[in-house]
Parts: sequence; C-alpha cells; structure tokens
Amino acid sequence: MDSTVASTGTEGKTWGGGNRPLGASYGKLMMWFFIVSDALTFSGFLAAYGFSRFKFIESWPIADEVFTHVPFLHGQELPMIYVAFMTFILIMSSVTMVLAVDAGHHMNKAKVTLYMFLTIIGGAIFVGSQAWEWATFINGDYGAVQTKGGNILQFGEYVTVDGEEKFKRISVDDFAMTVEGQRTEHERKNGLWFVDEGPLPDYSVSEIYNGLAANENILVRTQIINEEGEKTILSREESLKQVKDNGQLVVKGANLIVNEYGTSLFADFFFFITGFHGFHVFSGVVINIIIFFNVILGTYERRGSYEMVEKVGLYWHFVDLVWVFVFTFFYLV
Amino acid sequence: MAHEHKLEIFRGLWKFKSNQHKIWGVLVFLTFVTAIEVILGIYKPDSLMAPLMTPFEGGFFATLGNILFSPVIYMKSLNLIFIVLTIVKAYYITWDFMHMRDEKGSLRKMVVWTGVFLICYLIFILLQEGGYVFDVYNADDSLIKRDF
Repeated sequence: MDSTVASTGTEGKTWGGGNRPLGASYGKLMMWFFIVSDALTFSGFLAAYGFSRFKFIESWPIADEVFTHVPFLHGQELPMIYVAFMTFILIMSSVTMVLAVDAGHHMNKAKVTLYMFLTIIGGAIFVGSQAWEWATFINGDYGAVQTKGGNILQFGEYVTVDGEEKFKRISVDDFAMTVEGQRTEHERKNGLWFVDEGPLPDYSVSEIYNGLAANENILVRTQIINEEGEKTILSREESLKQVKDNGQLVVKGANLIVNEYGTSLFADFFFFITGFHGFHVFSGVVINIIIFFNVILGTYERRGSYEMVEKVGLYWHFVDLVWVFVFTFFYLV
Repeated sequence: MAHEHKLEIFRGLWKFKSNQHKIWGVLVFLTFVTAIEVILGIYKPDSLMAPLMTPFEGGFFATLGNILFSPVIYMKSLNLIFIVLTIVKAYYITWDFMHMRDEKGSLRKMVVWTGVFLICYLIFILLQEGGYVFDVYNADDSLIKRDF
C-alpha cells in the first residue's frame, strides 16, 4: 500500500488529514452537511407555502375542514386525529432508531437488528398512511363548483346540533338533479380522431343549479374568510346568483389543476411538500433496509463499529424533524 | 468510554440513569407536546384566536416596535404557541435523538447557526413579499378582479 499512497510529509500535522477537528468522523460530518442543505431546501418549500398563503390570506383553505378523515371511521369529522397518529408513528420510529444506535454503541448485534426492523416497520406504516391521506384528498368528499375566476363555491345547510346552529356541508351527489340532454364525453371514435378530452365531471353546473333551486335549505359557502375566521356563507338569493352567473365547472377532489377545498395552490403545495417529504421517508426506509441486512450479515460486527447505523440514524431523525414542521405549518397553523 | 452521553434534560431538572432511559423520557415529552398541539388545534380556544397586542400607532418608533413585536402583534396567539412548541420539539429531536448534546460546541454552532440564520432570512423575505402582494391585490385601486 505504501507505494501507492503519496507521502506528503504532513502526516501527524494539523492539516495533514487524519484529524477530527470537530470531534466527529468524516462520515458523520458529511451527513450533517447534507442535513443542513436539505433543511434549507425544505424551509425554502415551506417559506414558499407561506408566501402563497400570505398572498391569499383571505381565502386560504382551513386545514381542519380539509383533513377530517380517519380510516375505518367513515363519515365522521375528526380533524387532525390521523395526522397526530402519523406524527406519533414517526416519532416512535425515531425512538427505535436511536435505540438501535445505542445498542450499536454496546456492540449488541441482536438488539440492533430488532430495533432496525421496528424502525423500518414504523417508516412503512408512515408512508402507507401518507398514501391513504393522499388518496382521500384526491378523491375529495363534498364536491364544489369552480367559478370563472377560479374561486370555489361549496354547499351546505344550517342544522341545529345540541341547541347550537352549525353549518353542515352537503355533498353535490345529494342534491344535484339530472338534466336530460347534457353533452357526452368526447372520444376519438365519436369526434375528431386527433383530439383527446379528459373525463367529464359527474355533474354539469346547470344540474347543480337546478338542485340548488329545488332545495330551499341549501346555501353556498365561498372561500373568503370572515372576521370570525370562518368561511363566508351567502344568503339564499346570493347563492343562486353566484352559481348561475359565475359557476363554470363542478369539481370533486383535488389535483394539480383544480381543488374542491379552495385555491388550487393549496393542493399543489400539499402534493409537493408532503410528496417530497414522503419521498425522503421512502428513501430512508430503503437505506434502513440496506443497513438492516448489513447488520444481519455482520458487516459492522467485523468492522468493529456500528457507526453506519448512527449515520443513517441521523438521516432518519432529520426526516422526523422535517415532519414536525410540515405538521405544524400544514395542519395546525 | 468512547460514547459518553449527557444524561439530563431541562438543564438538569430531569436526570436519567442510562441513555435508554433518556430516550424514553424524551419520547414521553415529545408525545406530551404533540398532544397539547392536537388538543389546542381541535378545540381552538377563543381567547387564543386573536393577537396579544394591537399594532403601535405613530411614527418611526411605532413601526420599529411593530417589527420587533411582530409575533405578538400580527400573529394569533394560538399560532404563536404552535410555532414555539414546534421549535421545542425540533430542539429535543436534534439534541437528544441526533445526539447534538454530545457533539462538540463547534459542530453544534456550525450546523445550528448556519441553518437558523439562513432560514430566518428566507422566511422574512418571502413572508414580507407575500404580504405585499396581498396588499397589491386587495388595494382600493386594485385592477385585479376574480369573478365578473
């Protein structure tokens, strides 16, 4: 080996390499560098979310009204319960990770294996939960009418619950009236062969309007937030007028173009930020699996140090750290 | 021993016998903070739904005061509590799970100061700009209209 490594005469000196000026190994230091830069990337995204939210501060969707679903509890409004569960799962998998690191310090192969396995399970549950959350968000629940200007009109009625008057949302499926003679979807075989069209919405605006006119109790809720911090509810005449004059498209659920919950920027940021975070969790799980097999094969036992577990642990905790902020700025604030 | 751990949190108020105990202790604390956040988020007490102070009126020093106290003047108390609790959680994740507590002071400062400075700068610039765009959109002589 000596013949292939150039001797610079600086060995043992301060700048000669082999030093640990910050008391951390090269690998851990590089992981910290990566984490700092990735933290800046995420804060860039979250700050951009803040920018757009400040720009539309009067009409931004209220997260409590968007994320109300919990698996197996269909039809109940339980804001935040499921996200809190996801947060807990991720913190829990951080704990098993740090226990794996600790077991690594004691060179306890069996325990490292067990805790790495639990960490992977936790990460998988989190990614799965996020997939479910996305699916629910994409499918939507009540549907809404989008206006010519891109605003969202939602529907509901006043109901009295425990002596208190509340606005309860109504799904467009429940009141839309079918109108004969609506246009059918354009397909290549029944129209221009070189033009495509996406699927049409389930209802047309006139079907919604007829349903609205027939049901005296239904009112329109706009996306403008009033002084009480709630969305503005229009009077009966205003409701009919808004849908008739401005209604353009019936939307259900959310994608990158339309969003039944409010401004489409909200959905865009939701997909982008939670997607980017979910991608980090997914890569974390993959890296954890690789390390897990290395632990089983005894790679680190032979190497005499479980530092690799510590490095992947740093990454895993960072992912948890980011989620704490995403949770606050997407679901709480 | 190669892996020394500082086994106390809250400046020594809570001491642990071993590193494992400390990890579980931190988990209990983080769960507790998350639970507070979720409960506040569900019930949204009315008393916390408004900012603590009203903006100062007047000249230059009023503006300066508004900037210095902006978190309590322009932010709902509830949101301020959420953000503070989030930073508390971030602190314990970094310090105890990522073992920042056991690293050298120089490494700690290198990571934390750089990040905190750049992130504060980014947030200030973007939120300031967002508020400005809102004012342009919603001014009395604004030329932007959504539905007509």
